[in-house]
Amino acid sequence: MHIVIKNMHAIRYYYIRFLKFAMSSHKVKLSLDKRIVFNALSASIKKLNPIYQVKNPVMFVVYLGSILTSGLGILSLAGYSMGGSTGFIISVALWLWFTLLFANFAESIAEGRSKAQADSLRNAKKDVTAKKLRANNASNIAKSRDFELVNATVLRKNDMIFIEAGDIIPCDAEIIEGCASVDESAITGESAPVIREHGGDSSSITGGTKLLSDWLVAKVAVNPGESFLDRMISMVEGAKRQKTPNEIALSILLTALTIVFLLVVVTLLPMSVYSVKANHSGIPITITALVALLVCLIPTTIGGLLSAIGVAGIGRMMEANVIATSGSAVEAAGDVDVLLLDKTGTITYGNRQASNFYPVNGVDKKDLVKCCYQSSLADETPEGKSIVLLAHKYDLTKEDMGDKSQMEFVEFSAQNRMSGVNFENTEIRKGAADSIKKYVLAHNGKCPVEAMDIVESISSRGSTPLLVAKNYQVLGVIELKDVVKESIKEKFDELRRMGIKTVMITGDNKLTAAAIAAEAGVDDYLAETTPEAKLFKIREYQQMGHLVAMTGDGTNDAPALAQADVAVAMNSGTQAAKEAANMVDLDSSPTKLIQIVEIGKQMLMTRGSLTTFSISNDIAKYFAIIPAVFASTYPALNILNIMHLKTPESAILSAVIFNALIIVALIPLALKGVKFKPLSANQLLLRNFLIYGIGGVILPFIGIKLIDMILALL
Amino acid sequence: MKLGYLDLTLFLVILTLGAVILGKYIAAVFSGRLKFLAIIEGPIYRILGRAASDEMSWKEYTVALMIFNIFGIIILFTIQLIQGVLPLNPAHMAGLSWDLALNTAISFVSNTNWQAYSGESTMSYYTQMIGLTPQNFFSAATGLSVLVALIRGFKNVENDKLGNFWRDLTKSVLYILLPVSVIFAIIFVNQGIPQNFSAYQNVNLVEVQKIAKSPDIKTQVLPMGPIASQESIKMVGTNGGGYFNANSAHPYENPTPITNLLEILAMLIIPAALCFSFGRMIGDRRQGYALYIAMTIIFIVMTLLIMNAELKGNPLFNTLHVDQAQSLFQSGGNMEGKEARFGVLGSGLFASATTAASCGAVNAAHDSLMPLGGFVPLFLMQLSEVVYGGVGAGLYSIIVFAILSVFIAGLMIGRTPEYLGKKIESFEMKMVAIIILVVPFIILCSTALSVIIKPGLDGVSNPGAHGLSEVLYAFTSAANNNGSAFAGLNANTVYYNLLLGLNMLVGRFGVIIPLLAIAGSLANKKSIPVTEGTMSTSGGLFICILIGVIIIIGALTYIPALALGPVVEHLLLYTQ
Repeated sequence: MHIVIKNMHAIRYYYIRFLKFAMSSHKVKLSLDKRIVFNALSASIKKLNPIYQVKNPVMFVVYLGSILTSGLGILSLAGYSMGGSTGFIISVALWLWFTLLFANFAESIAEGRSKAQADSLRNAKKDVTAKKLRANNASNIAKSRDFELVNATVLRKNDMIFIEAGDIIPCDAEIIEGCASVDESAITGESAPVIREHGGDSSSITGGTKLLSDWLVAKVAVNPGESFLDRMISMVEGAKRQKTPNEIALSILLTALTIVFLLVVVTLLPMSVYSVKANHSGIPITITALVALLVCLIPTTIGGLLSAIGVAGIGRMMEANVIATSGSAVEAAGDVDVLLLDKTGTITYGNRQASNFYPVNGVDKKDLVKCCYQSSLADETPEGKSIVLLAHKYDLTKEDMGDKSQMEFVEFSAQNRMSGVNFENTEIRKGAADSIKKYVLAHNGKCPVEAMDIVESISSRGSTPLLVAKNYQVLGVIELKDVVKESIKEKFDELRRMGIKTVMITGDNKLTAAAIAAEAGVDDYLAETTPEAKLFKIREYQQMGHLVAMTGDGTNDAPALAQADVAVAMNSGTQAAKEAANMVDLDSSPTKLIQIVEIGKQMLMTRGSLTTFSISNDIAKYFAIIPAVFASTYPALNILNIMHLKTPESAILSAVIFNALIIVALIPLALKGVKFKPLSANQLLLRNFLIYGIGGVILPFIGIKLIDMILALL
Repeated sequence: MKLGYLDLTLFLVILTLGAVILGKYIAAVFSGRLKFLAIIEGPIYRILGRAASDEMSWKEYTVALMIFNIFGIIILFTIQLIQGVLPLNPAHMAGLSWDLALNTAISFVSNTNWQAYSGESTMSYYTQMIGLTPQNFFSAATGLSVLVALIRGFKNVENDKLGNFWRDLTKSVLYILLPVSVIFAIIFVNQGIPQNFSAYQNVNLVEVQKIAKSPDIKTQVLPMGPIASQESIKMVGTNGGGYFNANSAHPYENPTPITNLLEILAMLIIPAALCFSFGRMIGDRRQGYALYIAMTIIFIVMTLLIMNAELKGNPLFNTLHVDQAQSLFQSGGNMEGKEARFGVLGSGLFASATTAASCGAVNAAHDSLMPLGGFVPLFLMQLSEVVYGGVGAGLYSIIVFAILSVFIAGLMIGRTPEYLGKKIESFEMKMVAIIILVVPFIILCSTALSVIIKPGLDGVSNPGAHGLSEVLYAFTSAANNNGSAFAGLNANTVYYNLLLGLNMLVGRFGVIIPLLAIAGSLANKKSIPVTEGTMSTSGGLFICILIGVIIIIGALTYIPALALGPVVEHLLLYTQ
């Protein structure tokens, strides 16, 4: 059985690696994975199915145009010309088909990349073994060990599982009994183990993490296929992907524009016939030219790339290790203008750092520092390291430091809640005030009043006191202080410029909260937070019309998460929190919220910029096509041919080719998104307007001219 | 040209000052703060009973508005049909043909005032006074009411009531249209426009007209009537239906260059003032300034274009050594179809103003404008009459463009679009789509149909590119509720009367109904507070984007038609 467990470790290990790999940067994948490109190519041909095409009105018009011109081309080949040279008609028809294929390709490649991630996730889920308890009765289970080894996929909600030190947790579950330290580094990247115990907010364990000590009895929280991973897989596969509200609104606009241009083109024929009759010269505009004009004018660029942008938005969330349960959530993230941020981990370093030593009962400060140093030598926690670092400032001699090889270190455990060192006849312990007090009193030592006073005063200013005892005598107190992250103030300034308000949420008292809020530069804070207070605050902001985003992990966060417009649950959080949220952050990083907002904004910006670009393009296309189609009736109109395109046919063809190629050229932009800069709305608007609006007017003039020159060479 | 700049500058200064003051007044009227006419208002509301007291949702508001307007069409239609047996008909005018009566009824109710007849030889006094004149007030008041309802849509927070149509209508007429038109009427009388109920005058000519093989003409009949007051509401309500067939080119309608300037002022003052009222009513005056500036920029560019085109004169005359230069002794330029007392500049400014506002009064023959000169009124109408535009209609139409601009540009800042604190979502976009589709749809289809079928072609008197311009102009004018005519098109046929009537109807209510739906939907939404992350809709950049969207949506729709009409005409003229 031991071997089985060993193997299970290995499988677990590779599962996590695989998961990490699947979530890794798209840029790498795009250049490496030829298979995605190949699959996308074949998918873009499959998508020529009319049932699929009709879903996108803009591209459906192109589709009908392609069929129509192809028909005309065939007729022309057969000798029944409807106007225009055969070569011209066939070229236009071909390039219209290309336009369609390019648009399909853009969508397929975006889907393909997500699908590849989904596939690797699905593969990784197979072959995981769990210890399923035979009886759903937790009593004395640790001793009886009455379990069977089953595949993790057969586990159902409410099944009981047993996990012991060294095991990898098979699935998301809720602890029923036991207390253990868990290594969540595979998901969080944080090496320090965390305590998970029955009851409270730390009772949830996540599949894929590793139990380091003790044992647990847990109840399976989800059925297979219901986890967020599963939801994500189904979403990226498109089965459940629905258009987001803004995508729908934009589609309406694009459809309206398409109908307007359809109208323009359809009514142009009679007008052309009239003009020919009235002017007694030339021939009316050909059907091929009309179709070409139509396809060039309708917003094919954005129409072709719209769904790719949406898929890529969700993809970028996954790159950031965030699983969004819907595209609408990603979109809402762009709109958020109030961020509720937990103080710990976001604004301050989650781990507190030593800031001062306070000796008691006339103990020499140097002595205290020495003991603190020695007891923390092997302490790998950030707190321990910070004590060592601070102690170095007190000019410790080599002697003071002691001989590490002679020391026996006592590690922090969930039960005794203190750590320390034993050497020679010395026993040093440091830890939470009440644990040390209990420890000292248990060994007939004394806990001086002075020490307890210091402890109280440290607590009252929002810091954490650690008592230090040597040989059961309290030497003094270490103050661990919350340190505000260095770059956070600038980040908040940046957010403020983008019009996003930051609200700090903390359990600290008002004084401490106000001090940290001022230091970090948040706009507002909520001290002594209760879950109700959080919920109330969110409602208050929503009443004022704001959209609120928050991160949460505890079960009591669930109501607030459900109320927030963008709710990010930590993967390490409880199942209830994950259910209430619309995104899950696999890294459980408190600062992720800011990144999520940026990704949401980026997706909307990409959509808007490409729409502007697409519409701006039309100006140049008119200048190319209008003089060309009426050249035979009114040669005077050639004055409008400011690009000096060679012949009417090459002018029309150049515009059609440009129209098709620009879709391909913009695929990388649609997938990567336009560059995000934390600027105010008006600066952003100016920037994107200049690039995509003005650029969109100028670029096609150059592009069409170049294509025309190349066509002239052929 | 210098004179033109001076004219235009002076005019814009007066317009802006007047608009700011009137704008403040209008805002006060609709906020309900002004009650000095309560003596008249009160009884009206009492007669209307509950209908005038209940707050209306957008659907109720639309129903009330439609009932009122359909009722107006039926009454006007009936009066015209049976005017022969009605009183106040000393000239014994017969009843109108049904198609003309229907066309005219729709025309006056929809604030278009397209006239396929000549007033002095068709309409009895009764029809003019009891039929047409009230509609000059009511159609403008309808436009104002729709605008006010839309503004309430922006202001309301999760409250779907848009006010009461009957009250808005009453207030519009009593507090705004009547007083403003009375003021203008008094100034017009002062400037010599007749205002009397005298019989037509027979006067001796100063110079006897000799015509070969006919008796000499020694006398002339001078028409009389309450012209000043008619002229006033014709302009103030952006109606444009003239007392005389010659409209504002007639010396009794528009005797002097000063009345000319005043008439231009009269037709733009309320639409311009509404920008400022809008800003005040939604609580951010800069929003109103932004729209006013956008309108004014387009207006200046278009006016300079027409002035320039007309001032250059006809190139064909240059080869005949005709002096077309502007000098102290002649206004110069292309004087065909223009009155000497207004000259090229006064006519150019009038033409651009009357098509900018959806007024449709004319003081020159638009058909005789230079091709590029004719392009200006055509294009201004094709921009959906948003440059000042009709009373109420201009502002609510530019708000549709603002919503469209916000939707496209707003996404570029990485937020879902919002305008004036309201999210623009798919329902709003659906309605905006209908609005931007319906007018081009009806214009382009009608034009295309008319240039290929016989009943349509029969009305075209000038073949060639100019004929197309004439047809396009007629439908553009009708569907955008302008009412000015390019002339040259014989439109009093069953075919044109009905098709143009349909254009007017669709162009008016095809916009109003979806617009009220937008108002209703916005009213139900939360109001989003302004932050640094909100796109400013009052800054210079937004004004540029708004102008761009107006021009691009306008231009992209009509470019091919324009290219085959005025543009090619211009090119042909200069390359001959």
